[in-house]
Amino acid sequence: MSLLARLQGSLRRVVAMARKEWIQLLRDRLSLAFIVGIPSLQLVMFGYAINLDVRHVPAAVVDQAGSALSRRLVAELEATHAFRLKTSAHSEAEAIRMLERSEVGVVVVIPPDLDRRLHRGRGAEISLLADATNPTVEAAVAAAGAGLGHVLALRMQPFVTGEASAALRAVPEGRTGFGPEGELVRAAPIRIAVVPFYNPERRTPVFIVPGLVGVILTMTMMLMTALAVVRERERGTFEFLIATPVRRTEVMIGKVLPYLVVGHVQVALVLALGAFLFDVPIRGSLLDLAVGAAVFIPAMLTLGLVISSPARTQFQAVQMAFFFFLPSMLLSGFMFPFEAMPVPAQWIGEVLPLTHFLRIARGVLLKGASIGSLLGELAAIGAFALVTLALAVRTFTKRIG
Amino acid sequence: MSASAPAVIETSGLTRRFGDQLAVDHVDLAVRRGEIFGCLGPNGSGKSTLMRMLLGLLEPTEGSARVLGFEIPRDAERLRPAVGYMTQRFSLYEELTVAENLHFAAQIFGLARRRRHARVDAVLSESGLDRYRAVRAGALSGGFKQRLALAAAIVHEPRLLVLDEPTAGVDPQSRREFWERLFRLAAGGATILVSTHYMDEAVRCHRLCMLRDGRRAAVGTPAELTGALAGRIVEVRVERIDEAIAVLATAPEVASITQLGATAHVLLAPGGAPAPEAALALRRRLEAQGFPAVTTAPGTAALEDVFVALLRGERLDGRREGDS
Repeated sequence: MSLLARLQGSLRRVVAMARKEWIQLLRDRLSLAFIVGIPSLQLVMFGYAINLDVRHVPAAVVDQAGSALSRRLVAELEATHAFRLKTSAHSEAEAIRMLERSEVGVVVVIPPDLDRRLHRGRGAEISLLADATNPTVEAAVAAAGAGLGHVLALRMQPFVTGEASAALRAVPEGRTGFGPEGELVRAAPIRIAVVPFYNPERRTPVFIVPGLVGVILTMTMMLMTALAVVRERERGTFEFLIATPVRRTEVMIGKVLPYLVVGHVQVALVLALGAFLFDVPIRGSLLDLAVGAAVFIPAMLTLGLVISSPARTQFQAVQMAFFFFLPSMLLSGFMFPFEAMPVPAQWIGEVLPLTHFLRIARGVLLKGASIGSLLGELAAIGAFALVTLALAVRTFTKRIG
Repeated sequence: MSASAPAVIETSGLTRRFGDQLAVDHVDLAVRRGEIFGCLGPNGSGKSTLMRMLLGLLEPTEGSARVLGFEIPRDAERLRPAVGYMTQRFSLYEELTVAENLHFAAQIFGLARRRRHARVDAVLSESGLDRYRAVRAGALSGGFKQRLALAAAIVHEPRLLVLDEPTAGVDPQSRREFWERLFRLAAGGATILVSTHYMDEAVRCHRLCMLRDGRRAAVGTPAELTGALAGRIVEVRVERIDEAIAVLATAPEVASITQLGATAHVLLAPGGAPAPEAALALRRRLEAQGFPAVTTAPGTAALEDVFVALLRGERLDGRREGDS
């Protein structure tokens, strides 16, 4: 046979194959949705959610001065749009508790002697205590603080007395505390000091690893249960199974149980690796984290069961899992600061269990928070789990066709 | 088995629609206790759909069924412990070993530990799977997979066994052994509903139901079914058999021809002359065309002839359509 004839034959088969694949693709609605939907989702979410100028970080104000000047300063802070004044606190301790529970991302501390120091030309310092578990937020707060300090220096000139420049001195190196410091006097009358909390070195792994626990659980738990059910259907073993006296709830629970163990093993593995490789701290109690995981893992497993009902093939199950996985990655605060997202994106984020689990994981691991202070997050995950459980029970059927 | 034995399966007007296609169309059946009841029909004639409805795996669109006294699909869950089901496709877990699969089946059917071990050991040795107990099911050959599937279907000693084309793709020796096991099970009191494509297997059933396009086309013992074609078979022997068949095919009295080596097995059209006369007519026709040394003789009908007649649209049931 000539080379040309062989090439021709081969080309014919290739075209036939390509044609067949194309027809299959066009007839598979889910594949089409996958092809179109994922890039659209990505575009929309990346476009909105990756917003590196962090704005509207929720802030708590501890105004110890309580003067006209301090109120004006607070107004100036708010005018930068970097902060959103969410609440005011009576003491630093109270404000730091809010920081710990992630109710606020930054605490503004105005010293009691603000007016006095300013008028005496000794310079005053406003402290911004930033939650540095998320380095992006911290960086944004620092940038906004520096910018505002500069602006205030210009605006506040009238308040500064002549002697101020004569009293100019250097800032002491290696400060560890915050708040007013007696000897702070410099050209700028008001200094904004940003104190990174919880993650003083601003290391990304410290921020990422606790989040990764949740992300990995989301992906594997959901997908593995979904695949485990769909595989039965695909291989025909489901038909044997449903003809036995086994109840559907038994099938569901039996499917889910091994993964409950797998999930906790995964948590331990990620934490151990994080601690060994990146020195990620474990400040809170591991038992508290286990409580969080014990609610989060079943939520993901039941979601996997829900996915398994409409999926006919394992491939379809993977595709459907992706539709949930992508928003979880992008809108939960795992990759991008939650506060920086537009409000509608935050609404979606609040629905996702990963958002709440991230707050628990970061709170417990990085801030040493107890699960007791994170019950709201736990309840949100629990509510999600109940809804998916109800859906799974409704859709999981022992019939075929 | 006797005609007065209580019915294990009773259906009336059982119907299943998929979209606007009728997969099973008003089927009435009565399967008696202890019989091997065969379901015969071409692909897509509704055998699997019928079985799945009887097992409560598919909702009937219309009609009703009672299986072992349980109303289906309402009481399907209560029926399950008494039924064994062997699906058309191998439906055990390929990652599990032979013994693990059987223990799984026994556990899921709720056998207590001691009985479970006894039953698993029993079915392992009965099926000749003892040597393979630690082999992964996925590594078994087709014949052994089939043995395993049957073993798993009977590990809980069901009263009714539903087998959907259990011997498809299995060698003749394995099929023989398989059927010997079925007869032993039936002798032990089990009722067996089995679908098949193989005529040699269909002949071995106590009774048969032939399905065509989802409808019950005929029900009876193999002898009753072939008996309906008595006097309609002619065997023709002649040289140049293929040319002779081409000639015979044009004869008005011929319904269909099956070539069996050097013989043409002719099914006569219904309502024509009896076989001896037709045989003579066919011989004359061939001789007129110049075929030498033609011998023709009336023959006996095989199940395959019944099948062919049904595919041609004949009804051999003795009942008219619409009867219940």
